[in-house]
This record gives sequence, C-alpha cells and structure tokens, in this order.
Amino acid sequence: MTAAAMNGKLDPHSPGGPLETRWDRHKGDLKLVSPANKRKFTVIVVGTGLAGGSAAAALGELGYNVINLCIQDSPRRAHSVAAQGGINAAKNYPNDGDSVYRLFYDTIKGGDFRARESNVYRLAQLSVNIIDQCVAQGVPFAREYGGLLTNRSFGGAQVSRTFYARGQTGQQLLLGAYGSLMRQVEAGRVQLFARREMLDLVVIDGRARGIICRNLVSGALERYAGDAVLLCTGGYATVYFLSTNAVNSNATAIWRCYKHGALFANPCFTQIHPTCIPLVGEQQSKLTLMSESLRNDGRVWVPKNPGDNRSADQIPDSERDYFLERMYPAFGNLVPRDIASRAAKRVTDEGRGVGSTKLAVYLDFADAVKRLGVDTVRERYGNLFQMYDEITGEDPYKVPMRIFPAPHYTMGGLWVDYNLMSTIPGLHILGEANFSDHGANRLGASALMQGLCDGYFVIPYTIGHYLAGTPLGTVNTDHAAFAAAETKVREGVKRLLAGRGKKTVRDFHWELGRILWDRAGMSRNATGLREAIEKIRALRHEFWENVCVPGSGEEFNKSLEMAGRVADLFELGELLCRDALQREESCGCHFREEHQTPEGELQRDDAHYAFVGAWEYTGDNAEPTLHREPLQFETVHLATRSYK
Amino acid sequence: MSAHIGNRSYTLKIWRQAGPDKPGRFVDYRVENVDPAVSFLEMLDQLNEDLTLKREDPVAFDSDCREGICGTCGVCIDGRPHGPLPHITTCTLRMREFSSGGVITVEPFRANAFPIVKDLVVDRSAFDRVIRRGGYISVNVGSAPEANMTPIGKDVSEDAMDSAACIGCGACVAACPNAAAALFVGAKVRQLTLLPQGRVERVHRVSNMVGQMDHEGFGNCSNHGECEAACPKAISLENIATLRREYARAALGLR
Repeated sequence: MTAAAMNGKLDPHSPGGPLETRWDRHKGDLKLVSPANKRKFTVIVVGTGLAGGSAAAALGELGYNVINLCIQDSPRRAHSVAAQGGINAAKNYPNDGDSVYRLFYDTIKGGDFRARESNVYRLAQLSVNIIDQCVAQGVPFAREYGGLLTNRSFGGAQVSRTFYARGQTGQQLLLGAYGSLMRQVEAGRVQLFARREMLDLVVIDGRARGIICRNLVSGALERYAGDAVLLCTGGYATVYFLSTNAVNSNATAIWRCYKHGALFANPCFTQIHPTCIPLVGEQQSKLTLMSESLRNDGRVWVPKNPGDNRSADQIPDSERDYFLERMYPAFGNLVPRDIASRAAKRVTDEGRGVGSTKLAVYLDFADAVKRLGVDTVRERYGNLFQMYDEITGEDPYKVPMRIFPAPHYTMGGLWVDYNLMSTIPGLHILGEANFSDHGANRLGASALMQGLCDGYFVIPYTIGHYLAGTPLGTVNTDHAAFAAAETKVREGVKRLLAGRGKKTVRDFHWELGRILWDRAGMSRNATGLREAIEKIRALRHEFWENVCVPGSGEEFNKSLEMAGRVADLFELGELLCRDALQREESCGCHFREEHQTPEGELQRDDAHYAFVGAWEYTGDNAEPTLHREPLQFETVHLATRSYK
Repeated sequence: MSAHIGNRSYTLKIWRQAGPDKPGRFVDYRVENVDPAVSFLEMLDQLNEDLTLKREDPVAFDSDCREGICGTCGVCIDGRPHGPLPHITTCTLRMREFSSGGVITVEPFRANAFPIVKDLVVDRSAFDRVIRRGGYISVNVGSAPEANMTPIGKDVSEDAMDSAACIGCGACVAACPNAAAALFVGAKVRQLTLLPQGRVERVHRVSNMVGQMDHEGFGNCSNHGECEAACPKAISLENIATLRREYARAALGLR
C-alpha cells in the first residue's frame, strides 16, 4: 500500500470482534518465520532507547540478524534514560480496583478520545508482562517491607498502578534493555554501531530495504541493507528548541522517511509539561522537568498586580493570586497537565509572571512546611528540592520554587497500522516516534510502557508476519538505490557546509523555537498559526542564505550534525502548524482559542474531528495532502473531560 | 539575537586535539558575558558560538540529557572529573561556582582505555565491551515468571538500586591514578549479585567482566578511593569490596 494509492483512506488493519480478544486472535492469524529461517533475515533497528533497545534484544533472541544503530556513544545513553516518574501496569497489586480495562479507559480518556481503541487495549494488556520481564532482568523497582513490589499514584488515574525505581525509572528500565541487548551483541545476533546518525531511508521496489548513516566520528557515509527497517528514534519536541529533551534528540530519521512517503500523523499533538524549571536566559540549552507530584503540596501563585517586582516574601497573602485554586476550585493545584500549563501561560501573558524573565510562576511550599513540618516535606520531596537547589541556587524550603511549562513529549509521529508498520512496506515505527497510543495527550508513566511494549511484545510477532508474507529478493549495498541515496545525502551535507553566513545554527534553532512556542505552543489560533507558517518559511529561507556551519564533513563536527537536524525541523515545524490549523477543535494538548467553552475549557468536535490526521509529503514546494483515519469508538463512550 | 545578559568572564585553558593520533595542546580562550545561572556546558556552548562566528573551529565535547542522568558528558575541570563539587555531573554544574575573572583548565577524561576522539571527546566503548561479557541477567523475552513470585527485601532492593544508579560516565576511571574501572565494574556486579535472580550467573559474570576489564587496558585498583569522591552518583567503595569478594569466590571455584 502506498500513500498515493490510498485515495485518502487509511486502513489501520485493526482486527475486529471483541476488544478483549483482538490481540490474541490477531497473533493466531500472523504468519511465522521458522527458527531455522530467522537467521536468513536482517532487521535494521535505528535507536537504542526503550523501544529500540528492547526490539533489537528481542529480535536477536529470536534468531534474526539485527543491525542496531544509535546516535549516542553508547546504547545506554538513549534519552529514555531521563524518564523519572515510573511505568504504568495493570497488575492491580494494591487491590484498588485496577484492571486492563481501566488502564485502557484511562489512557483513551487521557488522550481526549483521539487514539485507536485496538492499540490502546493491547498496550494495557501487555503492560503486565513488561513488569515481569523487567524484574527478571534485575530492574530494582521499589518494594514493600515484605519484599513485594510497591506502586504509587500518577496523574489521570484513580488507582495506584505506577511502578518506579526512585526518580530514575527510565534509567533502570533502559539499563535492563541495554543488558539484554549487550547479551545479544555478545551472542553475535546483534551488530551494534554507536555514534551513527541515520540520514536517509533506502526504498527498493516500494519496500524499506536499508538506510544511509553518517559515522559521527569519521564523517563517512555508510550503507546498511536489510529486509526491514525499524525506526525507534523518539519524538520531535526539540522543534521548540527549548524542551526537556536531550541535546541530540531530533526528528531527522522520521522526517526523511516522511519525505519517502511515510505519513506523518497528528504532528500538532505536542505535550507541554507544567512543572519545569524556568528559563533563565538566552544562553540556556534545555529545560529540566520537576516531577508533577510536587503539586500535591505546593501552591501555585503569582502577584495580583502586573509589574509587581517585590520578592515573594514581601507580597502579602491578600495581594497574591492562587490562580489554579481560584479558577478550578474542585481540583485546585492538581488539575491535569494541559490545564495547569495553559493557566500559567495566561497569567504570565497578563504581565504577572515572576523572576527576572517574568516567565515563571511560584510553586510555594510555605504552607506545607507550616502544616507538615520541614521533615515531612523533606521526606516527600527531598531529592527534588535538592535538584532544584543545584540548578537554581535557591532553597525551596525558604523561598518558593519558580516553575514554568516546557515542551516535553510529542504524541504525534509517523502513522502506523496495528502491526506498527508505516505506509512504506517494511518500515516499522516504535515508541515515541510513532503516533499510535496516546491520542491528543499522554498520561504520566505511559511513555515507558509503550516503548517497551512495542519492542518486547509487539514487533517480535508482527515483524515475522511481514517477513514471512512478503516476497523479498536479496538486496545488498551495491544496489543502485543505495548509491543514489548516498549521493543525495552527500549533496545535502555539502550544501550545509557551504554555509558561511553570519548566524549560527543555534541562532536559527532558537528563533524557530520562539515562533512555535509563541504561536503553536500551549495556545493556538488561526491567525497566529498562519503567521507562524510565514515566519518559518522566511527563517528557513534565511537559514540557507545566512547560516554559518564551520569545519568539514570528514570529521567529528557537532555544528554540521545540528545544522542538518535544524534544517529538517523548519519543515516539520511548518507541518505542525498546518496540522494545528486544520484541526478546528480543541482536544488534549491542542488548544485552539476559537474552540473553547465560555469557561475557557477545551471544546472537542467529535462529529468532524474524531480522526487521525495523517499527512502525505508531495514535494518540497507543494502542499502536503491530508489523509483521515476515522477513529471508531466501539467500546468507550465519548465524554467531555471537565475539571471544575 | 538580543544581547547576552551575563556579567562574568573567564579565561579557559582548553585541551585541543584534532584526533586520536594527533598531537594535543592547551589553548587559551576568553569567554565574556557569562550568566552565573548557566551550566558549565552552556558556557562552553557560548564559547563555541563565538568561535563559530570568528570562523574558528569550535571545541568538541560530548553531552546529551544535560540533567545529570545519561552519563554522556564529562570533562576534567581544574584536574577534577566533573569539577569541584561532589555528586554532580559537568552538565549540572553552574557557573556561579566559579569566580569571575578566574582561569579554568578543561581537559578530557584521561585513561588508556578511553582514547581521545577529538578535543574533550573520548571513546568509552570499553565500558560497553565489559558489560557485554556478563553485565546482565540472561533472560529471554517471554520467559519471565510473575514479578511477585520472588520477594526481595526492601533493604536488599534499595542496596541494589544504590549500585544500579551508576550512569557509566567514566569519572571513576578519570579520577583514578591507575585509571582502574573497579568501581564501574563493581557496581554492576554488586547490583546483580545482591538480587536472587542475578546470583545464578555470578561466577561467570565476575570472571568474564574482570577479564575484559583487564583486556581493555584499565589499571588495577590500589585503594586510593578517588573514584568514589569523583562519582556523581555517590557509588560507594563497598562495590569494589564486593567485586573482589566475588572474584575471589569465583577463583576458588565456589558456586
């Protein structure tokens, strides 16, 4: 199936029938590759995070030849490592009423009814296996005194189903997957290539058959051929420049596949997390998340009057606006992420922000300290307070924290069917890089679940079906398509290196980030989005005229790497705005000012927008085509989310 | 871009080396208008912005998460891996710790087993090869028993977590006068030995990992304790004691 042949209709290949048995029945229908034949197939896995690392390990264990590449110097450093809070699973160990159905329902509702029922149900089902697997690998999850696993609560759920390893859950899960991966490297099933960046997909006879990478140490372009390609390259929150993502997180791999015809779904669904340490100046390179658990005891406020420059302790209670408590009395400081972020934006837009940049609000623990005592507050939040102190040099026991929303996660990504295959046969997308499970808003502790679910438990089944059911001739890297792709990449690198202008790559990335943050961040409207598209185009034009990229292509060259990524982000940013413009409704993290209730809440339009918006590339200077996958809700009842 | 808002300035003596086999040397740079709130790496970013616009080669250094968990970054600052503060990585170290006008020496993590790639970037793939030889529990996907089948004491689990917190940055090696990797290897061995599911492979694991560690050219541990002091995650020397115990146990043929 090629995008062009779809005639605007996308088939997710979801199995029908009862939701509860879909995955089991589907597995029964999938074709198998016999043990002796698996070693005849080569699978290329790009990325070594929770999705890529788990997939490469699992496929190696099954006996496939796996080529696994990562952009970092070691697979253990993929950005999944930075996830703090935990991983959800419907184990119901606390006996508090959890079930596979409840996890499924919470995830669908949390995504504001913009995700596919079949995929989400499978995710909830497989969540329990993930915990078993990780414990067997030696992941030191938190335990009770009796020696059994313990859980904590997370946003968007009324049960405790989050497993965690202190504030380092992502790190521990990743090290588990990394161990399994290294075991397969030792066994000779996985060939590992670190410090490689994928710069193009090689498509032969309409199927994904290989990739072109740049060796980030030598600068050499390298060809890798295989029978299928798995992209596990994460999200695109760095389109905003400042985000909680890593410096090297980027969208180049998914973007270049989009340009080969893989559809890009829901690019406007980007999550802005409310509690991050605010920006201090233009020299800053990233934003750091503070766990949302802090809002259990912290009170969020700003001065009542714009331009009030007094320090927090000089502002009496009567001149403070505890705006979340005022606007959302029922939920107070514990409103969901999207609501809290938008409210913080509203008060800073009114000129009531705090700190030197005025782009922050207070998260105040003074009342908590009075009520609970310093010791209890330290017991609950000690490590977070210490981290805040390290970064800001301020003691949150004495002065209120300053926090502000920051881009964190992207629900959008390349479109995949139930088998995690994109619209390019053989190209599969796993983890944050795909769009499939979180709709318009992801719940906390669900990203880790999805990455491992895709890699350990879904792709090992569905990849076999593709390989067994597809006539795949032998292809090696001498094929003309590889030479053509390499030439294209080489020319792209050359074009970037010709830049000898007056602005750095970072300057451009910063400006792109500002355009998107202001007009396609927490709050969007048609005028602003149209403006953003114009501004991005102008900036992109200026980039190619006036960027300065030092050094050569035949060496370790960070500036060159970043230049290529930013060039792709201009294009992706434009598509993000276009998608936001197209979606004339508000849902989850997508808030269109034109579509709100009189109280300023999201106004969803199920009659017209209960679909996945998947974009098809039609040329550099042509308008992309929108394809719609209608979302069928056969099990859940579409309801309004309200937090008043 | 609007003007930088910082008010501090520094002289940086930075190790420049074009490649693994090229000669290296210290080069002095001046960096102005540094905001005390930015991180050490953001200060280096700022220097690189200036160098780029002056058509000079920016200083190569590694970093990724910039919040102290991925282990990618790490340079020696005035001779100390990750700089003057304990329990912190280079990326979370702030410029307010350095008085304005001062001279700061910046070098790569130095060890035979960590060849220099360029400037401040080193190749730490030796760590991956050590892990490859047994730094895991051999369990295939799909064969895991129910997670609560084996109770593990909270204290044991917390102890294992203390070891598992290692971020693999290599500061321990850089701090050690012998460039030993005993703390790194010990942390993984201890984590997996403490846990019942990891004990099955304890003999092979420690023998193979130590064998690889020696093969990679890491030095021998002679109890200086510099590694623990430099470790951003406070991995304790107890992990080296465990490593020795396990190695002796394996050598004696105990199961």
